[in-house]
Amino acid sequence: MRARVPSLVLSRLLIALVTLVIVSFAVFFATTLLPGDTASILLGQAATPEAVAGLRTAMHLDEPALFRFLRWCLGLLRGDLGTSYANNMPVATLIAGRLVNTLKLAGLTALISVPLALTLGITAAMWRGSVYDRIVTIVTIGVISVPEFVVATSAVLLFAVYLKWLPALSFTNEIHSFYDLLRAYAMPVITLTFVVSAQMIRMGRAAVIETLNTPYVEMALLKGASRPRLVLKHALPNALGPIVNAMALSLSYLLGGVIIIETIFNYPGIAMLMVDAVSTRDLPLIQSCAMIFCLGYLVLITAADVIAILANPRLR
Amino acid sequence: MANLVEIRNLKVEATTDSGRRVEIIKGVSLTIAEGESVAFIGESGSGKTTIAMTLMGYARAGCRISGGDVWVDGDNMVTLSEKQRAAIRGTKIAYVPQSAAAAFNPAATIMDQVIEVTRIHGLMSPAAARRKAIELFRALSLPEPAAIGNRYPHQVSGGQLQRLAAAMALIGNPKLVIFDEPTTALDVTTQVEVLRAFKAVIKQYRIACVYVSHDLAVVAQIADRIVVLKSGQTQEIGTTHDILTQPRHPYTQSLLAAFKPKPHSRTAAPESPSHPLLEVDAMTVGYGPVQRDGQPLIVAVRSVSLKVERGRNLGIVGESGCGKSTLARAIAGIHPAHAGDIIFDGHELWNTARKRTRSQLRELQIVFQHADTALNPAKSIEDILGRPLAFYHGMDRKARDVRINALLDMVHLPRTVRHRHPGELSGGEKQRINFARALAADPKLILCDEITSALDTVVTAAVIELLKELQRELGLSYVFISHDLSVVEAICDEIIVMYRGQKMEEITPAERKAPQHPYSKLLFSSVPRLDPSWLDALRQDPDQVRDYCQR
Repeated sequence: MRARVPSLVLSRLLIALVTLVIVSFAVFFATTLLPGDTASILLGQAATPEAVAGLRTAMHLDEPALFRFLRWCLGLLRGDLGTSYANNMPVATLIAGRLVNTLKLAGLTALISVPLALTLGITAAMWRGSVYDRIVTIVTIGVISVPEFVVATSAVLLFAVYLKWLPALSFTNEIHSFYDLLRAYAMPVITLTFVVSAQMIRMGRAAVIETLNTPYVEMALLKGASRPRLVLKHALPNALGPIVNAMALSLSYLLGGVIIIETIFNYPGIAMLMVDAVSTRDLPLIQSCAMIFCLGYLVLITAADVIAILANPRLR
Repeated sequence: MANLVEIRNLKVEATTDSGRRVEIIKGVSLTIAEGESVAFIGESGSGKTTIAMTLMGYARAGCRISGGDVWVDGDNMVTLSEKQRAAIRGTKIAYVPQSAAAAFNPAATIMDQVIEVTRIHGLMSPAAARRKAIELFRALSLPEPAAIGNRYPHQVSGGQLQRLAAAMALIGNPKLVIFDEPTTALDVTTQVEVLRAFKAVIKQYRIACVYVSHDLAVVAQIADRIVVLKSGQTQEIGTTHDILTQPRHPYTQSLLAAFKPKPHSRTAAPESPSHPLLEVDAMTVGYGPVQRDGQPLIVAVRSVSLKVERGRNLGIVGESGCGKSTLARAIAGIHPAHAGDIIFDGHELWNTARKRTRSQLRELQIVFQHADTALNPAKSIEDILGRPLAFYHGMDRKARDVRINALLDMVHLPRTVRHRHPGELSGGEKQRINFARALAADPKLILCDEITSALDTVVTAAVIELLKELQRELGLSYVFISHDLSVVEAICDEIIVMYRGQKMEEITPAERKAPQHPYSKLLFSSVPRLDPSWLDALRQDPDQVRDYCQR
C-alpha cells in the first residue's frame, strides 16, 4: 500500500513530461503552418531570390521540418529559445521581463483570489440555502456571465474616469513606492480576481456540498458536531481533490489568457508579447510563448493532481 | 419519571420531489425504560429509522417533525434548539449506523473519529479518551485493540467497522444507543460475532437501546420488547416472547409466517438420464491481466463445476466476495471465463455473450440484484418489457402489447403499471418488473443474482412464491444465488456452498441438517433462528470462526 503513492505521483509526473513533448510537437508544427514564407517576409518585397535563398539556408528553413523541430527542441533544452526574427534579439531576453510582469500579476491575483474564493465557497456551502448563500451564488453567476472586458472597462470608467482614484493604465516602470505598486496593480488585479474567483467559488461550494450529503457527515452531525466542524473537519478534506483541480484550471488562465486585461490596462505582459509576435510572424517568439503557456498549465494541473493523490487517505 | 424515552403522538412529514407534503409517521406513541432494549421492526418505508432518528431530534433532508413530543431523559427533543440538541447527541444518545463503511470519514483515522465525541463535548482529555476507546475495542472483541485505532476506515473489514462504530457510540457514556440495522450489510458468520459483541456491551454498560431491523430473528436475540411498524404506524407492541409466540396483529403474523420454512415440493430427479440443461465444467474466472503462470491476476472463481437438471433449481450460497456473482456473470457471458466449458442444452457456449447466437442468449437470462440500477429510470415499464420482445421475437407493436399484459399478469402486477416509470414503483414491484423482463425472452434458465437481498422478509417470501409458481407453469429452471440460506433452501433442489472462489460442498436440502464440510456447518449454524435463546446457546468452534472469518 505504502509504495503506491510514490509510484502514482511518479507516473503522474511522467504523463506530464510526455504531454509536454506532444505539446511541443503540436506547437512547433502549428506555427509552421502559419501562412507566408518567413525569409521573404523578413527581407521585404524588394529582395532578390538569391538573398531569400541565402537567408533560408542560414536559418535552416530549407531543412526538413523534423530536423528543424529537433534542432528547436535541443535549443529549448539548452535554454536557447532562438533569435527573434523581427528585431534579432534573443527571444529569452524579450520574454524574460514580460514573464516576470505576468507572473507578478498572476501571483498577486492568486494571492487574493484563492483565499477569497475558498472562504466564500466554503462558507456558502456551510450555510447552504441561507440568504448569504443565495447572495454569493447570484453574484458569482453574475460575474461569470459578464465578459471580462466589460468588468475591466467599467472599472476604468468608475475608478479612473469618474472617481480619478487610480490611473487608467498600469505603468509598471514608474513604480517607486509600495503606494505606486498598489495603484498600478489595483485595477488589473481586481478585474482578474473577479473573473477567476467566480468559477472557483462555484466549484468549491459544489464540491463541499456534495461531501456534506455523505453518511459520514450525517454521522458526525449525530455525534453532536457543529456546522463549522462538519464542514472543516469532515467535508473539506474529502472535497480537496476537486477543489484543487478547479483552482488549477482557473489559475492557469492567469498565465496565458489575460490578453484582454493586458490590452485594456496597457500592461506589458507575455500575452501581449505573443499577440505582437503573431502579427509580425515572429515564429521563435510565438513558439516560446506558446510553450511557456503550456508549461504553466501543465505544472498547475500536475500539481493539483499530485495534491489530490496525496490528500487521498485510501492511497496512504 | 420511570421511562427514559417517551414518544407521544409523533408525526413526521416529508416533502416529495413534486413539493407535496406526505405524512410518513402518523402519530406514534411508545416508551422505553432505562436499560431496556426495544426493537423497531418493519419493512423498508415503515418509518422505523425515521422514528429512531427523531430520538436525536433529527430528521433527514426533506423531512421534518410536524407534531408530537419526543421526551428523552427529561428533554423534549422536538422543541429544543439545534444547539441544545447537538449537546445531547453523542453524550446522552448515540447512533450506530446501518453501513459503518459509509459512516466513517475516509480521510481520518478510526481513533480520531471514535474519540471525536469526547473532543466535541469536552468530556475528557484525549489521552483518557484513547484509553477508554481501547477498553471498548477490547470489550467488543476487536483484534489488536491497541493498534486498530491508528488505521484508516478502508483498512479494516466491514464487521470490524460495525463494531468500531459501536465503540464510537459508546465512548460518550450514552444512556440510549440507537442501532440502525447494524448487521444488515454483514455476512451471517460475521453477524453472529457482531451481535454477540453488541449484546455483551449493552449488558456490561447497562444501556437502553433501540434496535432497528427488518430481521425478526436478529431482533429476537437482543430485544426485550418489539415494536412492529408498518406505513408509519405502530401495529403491535409487546415483549419479544409474546410477539414471537402469540402475535395478535395480522401483519406480525405475516412477518412470522415468512420465517416458517415452506415445504418445497421437490421435483423428482428426471428418470431418463437425459443431458442436463446446464453443465459447467472446471470454470475459472478472474480479473486483471493474465500472469506468467497462466492464471488471471485475481482469481475470483477457481475451477468450479456444476450441473443444473431440467426443471430443477440450483442454489449457490456463500459470503460476499466468495465469487458467486462472478460465477453467474461468467455463465451469462458478461464476464468471459478464463477457462472451463459451459454446455447449455447440449451445445457448448462461447465464454463471451458477444459470440453466442441470439437464441442461446434468449434461452439463458440473468436477473440482477439491484432492480433500481438494472431498470433504466428514463423508460416506461412498457418500453422496458417491450425491448426484449422486439429484440428476441421481432414482435410488432400489437403483439407486444398483448404480451406485456400477459407478462404483467404473470408477475402479479396490475396492467396499469405499464405506463409508469421504475422510480414510481416500490422495491418489490421493481424486482418483479426486472424478473418479467427476463421472462419476456421465454428463457429455459434464469440466473437470479441475489434478487431478494434488497427486499424485506414478507416481500421476499412473495417473490419466492411467484418464482415457484412460474416454474410450475413455464417449466423454467433457476440458478439462485444468494447469501440468504433460508431463501435458497425455500426454492432450490441442490445447493452449492462456495468459499473464496471454490466450491466447498454440494448438498441437497434433504441432507442439509448434516452438512459435511466444516465451512458449510459454520455457515448453516450462523443463520439466526427465531428462538430468543439461539445466540446464547450457539456454540461455534472459535478456531474455525477465526479461520473462515479472517476478513
